[in-house]
Amino acid sequence: MALLQTIDLKRYFGETRAVDNVNLSIEEREFVSLVGPNGAGKTSLINVISALLQAESGKIIFRGQDITRLSTTQRVKAGIARSFQLVNVFDDLTTFDNVALAIFSRQGKTAHLTSLAHLDEEVNREADGILGQFGLAAKRDANARDLAQGERKLLDVALAYALKPKLLFLDEPTSGVSTRDKGQIMDTIASVVRAEGITAVIVEHDMDVVFKYSDRIVVMAQGAILAQGTPDEIRKNDQVAMTLLGTSGPDAFTRKD
Amino acid sequence: MDTLAIQTLNSIFYAAVLFLISAGLSLIYGVMRIVNLAHGTFYALGAYVTAWAVGSVFGATAGGNWVLAGQLLLLPIGAFAIAVVGAVIEPTLLRPLYRRPEEYVLLITFGLLMILEDVMKLLFGGTPLSAGSIMDSMGSISIGRLLYPTYNLIVIGVGVIAAVGLWWFIYRTRFGVILRATSQDRRMASALGLNVGRVYVQAFAIGCFMAGLGGAVVVPAQAAVLGMGVDALILAFVVIVIGGLGSLEGALVGALIVSFVRTAGIQFFAEIELAVLYLIAAAVLLIRPTGLFGRA
Amino acid sequence: MPAAPTGPSVPRLLAFAVPIVVALALLPRFIDLYQTELLIYGLTFAIAALGFNLLLGYTGLLSFGHSAYFGMGAYTVAFIVRDLHVQSMELCILGGLLSSLVISALFGYVCVRHTRIFFGILTLALSQVLWSLAFKFFWVTGGTDGIRVPRTSITLLAGLMDFKGPGSYQRFVYAYYYYVLVLFLIATVVMWVIVHSPFGKALQAIRDNETRASFVGIRVRRYRWIAFVISGSFTGLAGALWVPLNGLTTPEILYWPFSGEIVFMTVLGGFRTFTGPIVGAIAFNYLKVYAVASSQYWQMVLGIVLVVMVMVLPTGIVGTIGRFAARLRRR
Repeated sequence: MALLQTIDLKRYFGETRAVDNVNLSIEEREFVSLVGPNGAGKTSLINVISALLQAESGKIIFRGQDITRLSTTQRVKAGIARSFQLVNVFDDLTTFDNVALAIFSRQGKTAHLTSLAHLDEEVNREADGILGQFGLAAKRDANARDLAQGERKLLDVALAYALKPKLLFLDEPTSGVSTRDKGQIMDTIASVVRAEGITAVIVEHDMDVVFKYSDRIVVMAQGAILAQGTPDEIRKNDQVAMTLLGTSGPDAFTRKD
Repeated sequence: MDTLAIQTLNSIFYAAVLFLISAGLSLIYGVMRIVNLAHGTFYALGAYVTAWAVGSVFGATAGGNWVLAGQLLLLPIGAFAIAVVGAVIEPTLLRPLYRRPEEYVLLITFGLLMILEDVMKLLFGGTPLSAGSIMDSMGSISIGRLLYPTYNLIVIGVGVIAAVGLWWFIYRTRFGVILRATSQDRRMASALGLNVGRVYVQAFAIGCFMAGLGGAVVVPAQAAVLGMGVDALILAFVVIVIGGLGSLEGALVGALIVSFVRTAGIQFFAEIELAVLYLIAAAVLLIRPTGLFGRA
Repeated sequence: MPAAPTGPSVPRLLAFAVPIVVALALLPRFIDLYQTELLIYGLTFAIAALGFNLLLGYTGLLSFGHSAYFGMGAYTVAFIVRDLHVQSMELCILGGLLSSLVISALFGYVCVRHTRIFFGILTLALSQVLWSLAFKFFWVTGGTDGIRVPRTSITLLAGLMDFKGPGSYQRFVYAYYYYVLVLFLIATVVMWVIVHSPFGKALQAIRDNETRASFVGIRVRRYRWIAFVISGSFTGLAGALWVPLNGLTTPEILYWPFSGEIVFMTVLGGFRTFTGPIVGAIAFNYLKVYAVASSQYWQMVLGIVLVVMVMVLPTGIVGTIGRFAARLRRR
């Protein structure tokens, strides 16, 4: 049984078909890249699956459960987490507190108002561990607002990761980051995700990144799935090359520099 | 039957005044996304300035037709004065705070309220200031067997003209288009070359003008007293909660609803009329969380 | 690897707090009766501001309707004393806490469905329902005359202390000072624990980024509501404590400008700090008393102070001192 399955998922904005009858299935432990030109509906699809947007029709089945009508927090509790394209972290909390909060939430401890947060050794240890995994340990006590852009993007991902989700959606985790940092960030994310066996779906524009890390690539255009397959299959797919790059042929995806 | 007609006219009269105040508040919010807690105080200031002006020029007793004409011409002076005050305050006190969280604007307008309430006390003293001579000069007309002040009908007329005028202004003039563009997307408007700063001060001045006009037209019927602004703001807020923030139709419908409920309330259940008003507001909020015509 | 706690260090906190507590405890020996009385007022307002700031500083919600909870606490005590003939201050406080808790739960439920400006407008508007009821049902509430709660009608410490007879005024002031001081300290500790708890962190997350908070699994509306109830209850406690001191409760404290004063004191002290509201409340109390004494246009004086604060020192007294200290430390 697939971990996640969308059935005829639809979300329109008036005339625009942001999500147009999408049938997507994600298997456990897969590293899937969601690609496509701007406006293809990649972020909209994630928004619908994570409950930022309501689906107009269709179903979302997660681990055998129909989650189409569940709220954001309910889907988080069910095991879906996401990061954001435009960094969405808690600016006035420290990096450490950001991650610790996600852990508290996961453990249901955010309802506790009579115990002191910083005295929870278990959470402290885990938070420090996660910061270490994401290379943020040095900025532990800095306010999230004061981090560099690349670090903020990593924190955004770390927050989602700290929820120990079964399915992790990352929306352009390397956008707005310099090329040099891009590789570092993706390496970090990929290694953490693979080590924990988390299923990941990432929206990405950089095809080098996509080809390097993905088990499977899903290409979207105009709200629908155009093609999907392994990196090799996609590389050879002329239609995909045409849609994404405007050219086709065996060398379409090779960087010419 | 006659009393019903009188009560209805009274409700519409108060609705007209309430509309002027609330429309101003809503306009400012619609364009600038700020709420001016001193808005009610501007209304009071408009009443005071008008009463003072009429009293100084014409004295307190009712005069003949020429005097009346002069007094009526002088009425809008309250509105214009407040517009000027608003035009001064926006760029100096409010604009520096737009970049900050919106709580700061609320705070500074509260400080403004405190200052202006005492400024009114300082300038006009603690005793009520009236322009009742206008109302007296205009006499009354008969509604069946009862008499109704003619002046109140003028106010209703002003309210109607204001509603239509404002609507026409916002939806039919070029400036209105600029206003609406700026309210929808400030950055886009600026990128298109619109002077957002100028639009803001103009919108604020118009909103304040409306509040001042409300005070100006009410003062012949009701003397200006200290604290009338603070009282009025609460009602304006109920109008907005029911009608929706930022909406002209909302201000109109809200003002009518609030006014009618108030009139009925004062007749039948005086103690809990405000509470009943709130029950209605709460009911509206449950069905439409942003008010009847509000945008999210 | 053992994790270093990133929270406040308790020894440093005690080093800071203990001298202040000791000073407050010894103060009545050195100042006159009137000043002691003033300070009691300051401490009750401090409790109100502390509660208020849970919503503003920590949850990011600006309420302009906290006069409702203060007034609810005050009027409940007045009713208990006048109509139930109860003398025990402890029972009165319990009653005041309960009633303000219920009202803030009710009002909060309506208000937290909305945010920012609309939230503020709603809190203000709802508080005025109570004001109008206190005003209009004058045969119950005494109308504008209010209800008297003379010190002779209450007892402290389960009846151990009463304040009748000669010299009782002086005894009352000193006894009440320590009574309120203890409650103030308890309230401060409770609030301190709450804002440093996981719940407190969740509130701050909601303040910083409510979308992300829900994506981290926090039920934003529910947590806001709980914060609202706690906030209202603290302010209700303050109102309950205020009434025997003032001897009288009137609709004035339900009128919305008083809500504005609560906001003012919190901003004056600095709403992004824990101690800001406390400092601000005490400072505001002195400020207002001296302004009223020196000019009939005291409202204008206070208004100017507020405008200047917002424009020049938005972080308030404590916030500004904090920034100063940080700058000195960096040198």
